[in-house]
Amino acid sequence: MSALDKGRSGDNERSGDNQPAGVALAGDYWRPEGRPDPLSEKGRIGIGAPLSRVDGAEKVTGGARFAGEFIFDGMVYAALVYSAIANGRILAIDRREAEAMDGVVLVMTHENAPRLNTPPVFLRSPNGAAGDDHPIMQTDRVHWNGQPVALVLAETQEQADAAAESIRVDYAAEPAMIDFELAKAQARQPDNVLGGPAEITVGDADAAFEAAVHRIDATYTTPRHNHNAIEPHALTLAWVNESEGEGETLRIHDASQCVDLAVASLAEVFGIDAAQIHITSPFVGGGFGGKTLWQHQILAAAAAKLADRPVRLALSRKGVYRVVGGRACTEQRMALGADENGRLQALIHSGVAAMTRHNNLPEPFFQATKCLYAADHIRLSIDVADMHMLANTFMRAPGESVSTFALESALDELADQLSMDPLELRARNEPERDPTSGLAFSSRHLLEAARSGAERFGWSERSATPGRRREGEWQIGLGCATATYPYMRMPGAAARITLTPDGATVGIAAHEMGMGTATVQTQVAAARLGLPVEKVAFHYGDSRLTGSVLAGGSQQTAAIGGAVIAAQRALVAELLALVGQDSPLSGLAPDEIECRNEGLGAIGDGSRFESYRQILARAGRSELSVEADAAGSEELANWSMHSFGTIFCEAGVNGVTGEVRIRRLLGSFDCGRILNPKTATSQFRGGMIMGLGLALMEETLFDPRSGRVMNPSLADYHVPVQMDVPEIEVMWTDIPDPHTPMGAHGIGEIGITGVGAAVANAVYNACGKRVRDLPITLDKLL
Amino acid sequence: MQWTINGQVREAEVDFRTSLLDLLREQFQLSGTKKGCNQGACGACTVLVDGERINACLALAVQYQGREITTVEGLAERGTLHPVQAAFIEHDGFQCGYCTPGQLCSAVGMAGEFERGLPSAVTQDLAAADLEWSRDELRERMSGNLCRCGAYNGIADAIAASLGKEVVR
Repeated sequence: MSALDKGRSGDNERSGDNQPAGVALAGDYWRPEGRPDPLSEKGRIGIGAPLSRVDGAEKVTGGARFAGEFIFDGMVYAALVYSAIANGRILAIDRREAEAMDGVVLVMTHENAPRLNTPPVFLRSPNGAAGDDHPIMQTDRVHWNGQPVALVLAETQEQADAAAESIRVDYAAEPAMIDFELAKAQARQPDNVLGGPAEITVGDADAAFEAAVHRIDATYTTPRHNHNAIEPHALTLAWVNESEGEGETLRIHDASQCVDLAVASLAEVFGIDAAQIHITSPFVGGGFGGKTLWQHQILAAAAAKLADRPVRLALSRKGVYRVVGGRACTEQRMALGADENGRLQALIHSGVAAMTRHNNLPEPFFQATKCLYAADHIRLSIDVADMHMLANTFMRAPGESVSTFALESALDELADQLSMDPLELRARNEPERDPTSGLAFSSRHLLEAARSGAERFGWSERSATPGRRREGEWQIGLGCATATYPYMRMPGAAARITLTPDGATVGIAAHEMGMGTATVQTQVAAARLGLPVEKVAFHYGDSRLTGSVLAGGSQQTAAIGGAVIAAQRALVAELLALVGQDSPLSGLAPDEIECRNEGLGAIGDGSRFESYRQILARAGRSELSVEADAAGSEELANWSMHSFGTIFCEAGVNGVTGEVRIRRLLGSFDCGRILNPKTATSQFRGGMIMGLGLALMEETLFDPRSGRVMNPSLADYHVPVQMDVPEIEVMWTDIPDPHTPMGAHGIGEIGITGVGAAVANAVYNACGKRVRDLPITLDKLL
Repeated sequence: MQWTINGQVREAEVDFRTSLLDLLREQFQLSGTKKGCNQGACGACTVLVDGERINACLALAVQYQGREITTVEGLAERGTLHPVQAAFIEHDGFQCGYCTPGQLCSAVGMAGEFERGLPSAVTQDLAAADLEWSRDELRERMSGNLCRCGAYNGIADAIAASLGKEVVR
């Protein structure tokens, strides 16, 4: 049964007669006394409709052109040479053979690279899009095994690759910290975790833990992960003269989830005005946090400058592992102390994650624990172990994906000790307010999601004792875990609406990497402006569009929504300024107006209406264009804002081989109003499937002797394939959050959270073996 | 050198090292065929050669002269989507769209393998004249095409709804 048929709210098919006539201007949804966005109400035209993707035809015909598929006249191809040591100096680079090879245009090393400024780092600088702050091919220093040390440009890719292979580099290696076990011994507390403190305490958790009747104290480990978007990072760029006397523009076709931040960072690196850089990124073949700014874009632009030729740089799959960071490994201690009734008295979540001294992302593995359970005493802390490695970075649900493995496994262990149903244990610890911030939740219906999911899944059939269910060689078990991810709406969003007699165009420098942004935001803008979706075009993925919207933190849905809310207000004000005395709208104020039936009407008065076409014609305008900044995200200071869900898993463990097969998976989510059930289902499932990878197979193998990634390929780094993926049911509460645009939350990341623990708990229920070290491979079960 | 691609004869002079994938993408700008790993591990470059699916990244271009090569650009006929293309849109069988061309060509090739009675790792009766269609057969046979966005359920639904019918006969 498809998740789409279940029609949870039943509103999608509601006839037009029952629907509110128009959409008034949204009020101050971000304030405690504010009014919710009208589009969060049930039964809104277009909201919740399972619209197929607006870019579907382009994607199934091969017409969608990705970054590495654009062409400039005279373009040359790049290949990179990667360092073979983790720390030290380059003594010499022998480039003679390469330079003599057919088609070679340039060999660039630190000896001849143009002078570049050090890039600003993500989360440390307001312009930061870069993964780390190492100088880029400026010195003889090597900072990680895999760092680019030379770049070749040639007329063809084959020539560039062959020339790169021929380059010999001599190094003076120096001692390197490349063993996590050793690095842990020198772990330090970072100065911040995502801008907040690295240690959070409520009461005295250690004392409360010691005094608790029931205790779980266990260590959970998670390995490095790589995003492995199927499109390897690629770009095509040129320094072009757009117009006489204006100077050069760096024109980049990139695969990016942050076009504006990348422009700002590149402007700093090259010491030029941001207006001289133009990045477009209409299609991105998957991002998951990895498609920000790394060395390859900067090197390609530098080489293009040096050679005075346009450049195509497409990283090989191995190259992606060498220059684009992934998720750091973690070692997490989870200590739970509970009373006889399962009420948590102590909750300790601490540990270490690998990091470098050149980035600013301690894998934030206590994020989920901050908000999930009521406990009298809480202590959360993250230390980092500095290593000579490529900087780690954001990967889908940084923090939550791995922290829910530890927290939700530990809760399962506690439930086992208490002989209590794991869902009941969670319900008994459901907090009334955010347990660490003390804020009220803006919208939390986790128990409702858990109950409906349990019913649908058949949770009551679970045996409390492990190993009770067998089918031949297979032992079958059920497990569950809570999923959670924060709601975010970052500053910087702005939108432009251009209205013509034929419809509207919404432009915003946001991104579509497969999440469905273009489709869903077309729906939302159409609904908000009272237009059919066919008359709305959504433009995105271009740094010259207004606003700055990072495709990260699952924030785009709300960020774009908030910007379009502001732009609708500006549009209505401009339109009212255009209407003359003769208009039926004359004398009305913006807050008395709603957008309906392709025009503006007076709220509650069907007779006072004028179409956009009529307003523009009367004013002699062919179009009207407005731009507005989204309101500040004050809601985040007023409430604790998170999405929730419960993941249910049925796993089979082969008693002979130790193989684990996932037989069923269900996610029941509480993520506010769902805007498009078709694309939402795909988002949830996609996250859950990446969660299956995290649970069962994904691991970037880091050689503790050389600091080199040992499995930089899709043959050796295993991701789930079609046969690994069972039927996945997805359901949701569809309860709007009154304090967000459209009542919606972003849903791109929550799907991966909780899955690791749901699988581990199901495996335990199947065979009685508790695996606390991801991935759960068969050797750990034999 | 000459190739027949989507029914058209195309000519180019290429390096003997050039893969069929790079020939399509770089010489003929048929960039619908994708490069995901360039080592036969992901299936994004799947094309049809004389109706059979292959990984174009593992094929040298020079070897494929005189064969009928079909890429994703050649699946639609005269502007009408192939049923499997339409089904992918309807069933949301993709998100980012990068693995999609390979999934589509692979699905068409798979249907042909099924009709020819080629068994898979999950085929119960290897001697059977007629293969029995099942969801597992479909999933097993499509497991060479990775999708990192995780559109697998939609992909299976789309193929079952379009090609599955032909497979079942």
